[in-house]
Amino acid sequence: MKRVLCAATAGLLAVAAITVGASAGPIAPGEVKIDDGKITASLTGQPGSAVKGREWFANRKLGNCLACHSNSDMAKEEQFHGEVAPSLDGVADRWDEAQLRAIVVNAKQALNPDTLMPAFYRDSGYTRPLKDFEGKAILNAEQVEDIVAYLKTLK
Amino acid sequence: MATRQKTSLPVRLAAVAGLAAAGLATVALAGGPNDNKLVIDGKEYVTELPAPEGSPLKTLYSGWRFRNESTQAMQLDDFDNPGYPNVDTGEQLWSKVDGEAGKSCASCHNDASESMKGVRAQMPKWNEKAGKPMTLEQTINACRENNLKAKPWDWESGQMLGMTAFIGSKSRGMPVKVQTDGPMKEWLEKGKEIYYTRVGQLDMSCAGCHEANYGKMIRADHLSQGHVNGFPLYRSKWQKLGSMHRRFKGCMQNIRAKPYEVGGDEFVALELYTASRGQGLSVETPAVRN
Repeated sequence: MKRVLCAATAGLLAVAAITVGASAGPIAPGEVKIDDGKITASLTGQPGSAVKGREWFANRKLGNCLACHSNSDMAKEEQFHGEVAPSLDGVADRWDEAQLRAIVVNAKQALNPDTLMPAFYRDSGYTRPLKDFEGKAILNAEQVEDIVAYLKTLK
Repeated sequence: MATRQKTSLPVRLAAVAGLAAAGLATVALAGGPNDNKLVIDGKEYVTELPAPEGSPLKTLYSGWRFRNESTQAMQLDDFDNPGYPNVDTGEQLWSKVDGEAGKSCASCHNDASESMKGVRAQMPKWNEKAGKPMTLEQTINACRENNLKAKPWDWESGQMLGMTAFIGSKSRGMPVKVQTDGPMKEWLEKGKEIYYTRVGQLDMSCAGCHEANYGKMIRADHLSQGHVNGFPLYRSKWQKLGSMHRRFKGCMQNIRAKPYEVGGDEFVALELYTASRGQGLSVETPAVRN
């Protein structure tokens, strides 16, 4: 019985591997290159969803962008906005899409090595990461693209 | 007096209204520490003083000054202070015989109002026998094991919190004064390194919030300077009294960092360093925060 299960699992894994191999997956955190403060191409190869991005932006376990930044677009539904970082009102007038993507991915590389802003798409090189987050980035590629799409609406 | 962001409430509201009219502002600004005075039983506590030479801060403010008025009010009267029942617990334990030696704390230390005066203010304190600094919790447990021949208490137990609150209350109003020279120097440096090291998935250090951004809101939390003069303290989020190391641990978990061990050398060093940053602030044990 056990052997049959193993064989079945191996078969499934093979199928899974082929499926993954067939589609071009998102660019992994370790593969992303920031050039001159920019990441030109979408991490997923697809444009993100601004509607979803708005949700990830406020979500305390994901972007939690409001922890540090204020955002007038959310003044009505979110009472507490941070003051630690610049307001994101009009952020799309100050940065273009490639710059916004680079800042979300890794602001220490894109902007300033001393910024308090966490890198949202980096999965290694941390000191004492909590076990649940070891080897993981805060956001996945799709969530980064969704947030970038949302930030682009803040004009 | 500090010059940063100290505006009166009407001025702040007016400023916000102006910005809101311009379509810019979203929420009220925190505006740094407030100007309220901490007076308990007619005695005023030092919640603000010029920072000592070499401090990265200009003015030291107790965490009490960053709390809102309803939280502040709970500390103004011991009957309203939800941490005060712990002091009563500690007082009862003080004279309770425990352990094989058949002694209580009072058997040797007599009246705590005299013998424990100023103890909290100097913690952590260098212990020659141990060859390292010891926190109040560690000192109590060493005494229990060596002198009372009693079992040590768990760090965050009701007994330990009661005893640290009771002993701490005997230093209330006295200035924090930890030793920083001699053998403590090495521990101070170690604590400083921890304070400035970015850790966790959020890659932040203590300094990133409590030195560079105190007085500002981080979502619903008003960032303080991170002084430790009120521990153990009642925190509304915990709904009970808690130790300084518990707070350190929680802060590290918030930035998704693996916390150091409660009572371990790293947190003892951090306790020493954070205490040294608040030298001169009044001990407020048991303080009230949120």
